[in-house]
Amino acid sequence: MKTVLLTLLAAGVAFAGDALGGEVEKQALNMSAIIMFLIFVGATLGITYWAAKRTKTAKDFYTAGGGITGFQNGMAIAGDYMSAASFLGISALVYAKGYDGLIYSIGFLVGWPIILFMIAEQLRNLGKYTFADVASYRLQQTPIRTLAAFGSILTVVLYLIAQMVGAGKLIQLLFGLDYEVAVILVGVLMILYVTFGGMLATTWVQIIKAFLLLSGATFMAVAVMAHYNFNFESLFATAVEMKETTDIMAPGGLVSDPISAISLGIALMFGTAGLPHILMRFFTVSDAKEARKSVFYATGFIGYFYILTFIIGFGAIVMVFQNPQYLDVAKQAIDGGAPILGGDNMAAIHLSHAVGGDFFLGFISAVAFATILAVVSGLTLAGASAISHDLYASVLRAGRADGLMEMKVSKIATVVLGIVAILLGIIFEDQNIAFMVGLAFAIAASANFPVLFLSMFWSKLTTRGALLGGSLGLATAAVLVILGPTVWVDVLGNAEAIFPYKYPALFSVSAAFVGIWFFSITDKSDNSRREIEAFEAQNIRCQTGIGAEGAVEH
Amino acid sequence: MKQEMVDRIKNDPDYLRLVQERSRFAWTLTIVMLVIYFGFVLTIAFDPQLLGTPLSEGSVTTIGIPIGIGVIVSAFILTGIYVRRANSEFDELTNRIKAKAKGE
Repeated sequence: MKTVLLTLLAAGVAFAGDALGGEVEKQALNMSAIIMFLIFVGATLGITYWAAKRTKTAKDFYTAGGGITGFQNGMAIAGDYMSAASFLGISALVYAKGYDGLIYSIGFLVGWPIILFMIAEQLRNLGKYTFADVASYRLQQTPIRTLAAFGSILTVVLYLIAQMVGAGKLIQLLFGLDYEVAVILVGVLMILYVTFGGMLATTWVQIIKAFLLLSGATFMAVAVMAHYNFNFESLFATAVEMKETTDIMAPGGLVSDPISAISLGIALMFGTAGLPHILMRFFTVSDAKEARKSVFYATGFIGYFYILTFIIGFGAIVMVFQNPQYLDVAKQAIDGGAPILGGDNMAAIHLSHAVGGDFFLGFISAVAFATILAVVSGLTLAGASAISHDLYASVLRAGRADGLMEMKVSKIATVVLGIVAILLGIIFEDQNIAFMVGLAFAIAASANFPVLFLSMFWSKLTTRGALLGGSLGLATAAVLVILGPTVWVDVLGNAEAIFPYKYPALFSVSAAFVGIWFFSITDKSDNSRREIEAFEAQNIRCQTGIGAEGAVEH
Repeated sequence: MKQEMVDRIKNDPDYLRLVQERSRFAWTLTIVMLVIYFGFVLTIAFDPQLLGTPLSEGSVTTIGIPIGIGVIVSAFILTGIYVRRANSEFDELTNRIKAKAKGE
């Protein structure tokens, strides 16, 4: 039972790796998809050119000048969250397991209201370019920035590897390009967007892609429902008939023991609130009000998207499953059952063909590619900001770096990160990377989030507490993931995991909070006294926005 | 920020009200969200069959479907409730605090 649960969980959170991983066959060149993709690339390079002319200062580069509206930012945040892996992975999970897919997507959504109530406005009022600005606001710059930057870069790199490997496999499957060519193409385009267009281009690429993805998914869901006269009961009844089981209508093995259930929930909620590329988006709007509106819109778009993927998953059961057109005959001869070409992750892609023919298949394939590009661009920008703003400007130059030099460093960092992502993408092609997104979420939840949250809400937080407690959370998360089933058993091939749970968040987040609390209250240094005294002024800015960074006019 | 301004704002009744009201409101909504979500997930962990109950006699649709969709919709509604109150009441208080901080 436990292994079933764990495998299902692997197919879930870590879907970026798992869902798009495994053996894939290269497909024949898909011309309509390639043409639509070229149109997208052309348009986004045009945007990058336009954005490049407007990206003159470090503030432009990191935050698009701070002039993005709440609605636009909500769309961009939703775009960051709706990766190709979550589009294809969640609809594949619904396709394979029915109701469990819905449970999964709900976990991803419920972090958003919490971000709104606790973090979004405060972050906007206190920060400038990165969440480390907030975490280190009244603490010592060097240790806290270093910790925050380390947490950010680690999160970003793990996430990037998962995205790059997923991208390579997906593109191989959809477009018939070689794996290496696909990875290099993604890397090069991402470097172009970010180095030239900065946050402005990254944001608009994300907005356009979110619009295309939502439109495409809406069309698919409506087409499926129109088939059943918009009657859910008859859609579900047909699906149950096809699958010959009613299991798909009820919870299966995804969440079966309470510890895993809570731990998964914590990882998803607090992990989301600790992802640097998501947090960075709150600095692109002009004030706390726009920050708050952006979460409202983002929650709406993401929730709507998950409802669509649920319908798409069921649509794939009735239109793709057991449809001879999409049956992988070679695989069926070996394994039996009714496998579809390219595996379950292609369920949504095949459905696009079933409802809209070759043209719409091309469109959805192009959107999937665009999605990958947009997400890796956001990640790279967040990683580059941690390097240039936190490590270079704040730690190395002790806050005395000039803006132009800082921007130059971030561009160099972008190019380096892009090359690293390409190389790691190629190195990890045949590795089992299912654990990477899970680990990224665990680190974000256990190191980034507790330090950020307590720095804003707990007056007695000191540098020592944040540094030791945050590091403890990071180390606990990393060690427990390595000793847990995803790495110890699946990657290292041991028979039994030393740590039984796939999600360490319950333990590692607790370790971080307890560590921060303990090392803060026992810190009696002069320094800590000054840091506690500084909370009052910080809190006034945090609550009211007096003294906060404004937007620039262009 | 100058210490004198900090002292002035921290004793401003509007500021005290903003901090108190908003944090109470934010924590209440957070707890509502946590109860809804963990209630949902723990129901699944302890009694998975419950959500598999048919919606009505003989239907394939289970009560889990509207409940699951309901959790998604509730997340959106909660953000809407917060934004509505923050846009009016909290922003008004904030603007008053800011005006006083600038003016006097």
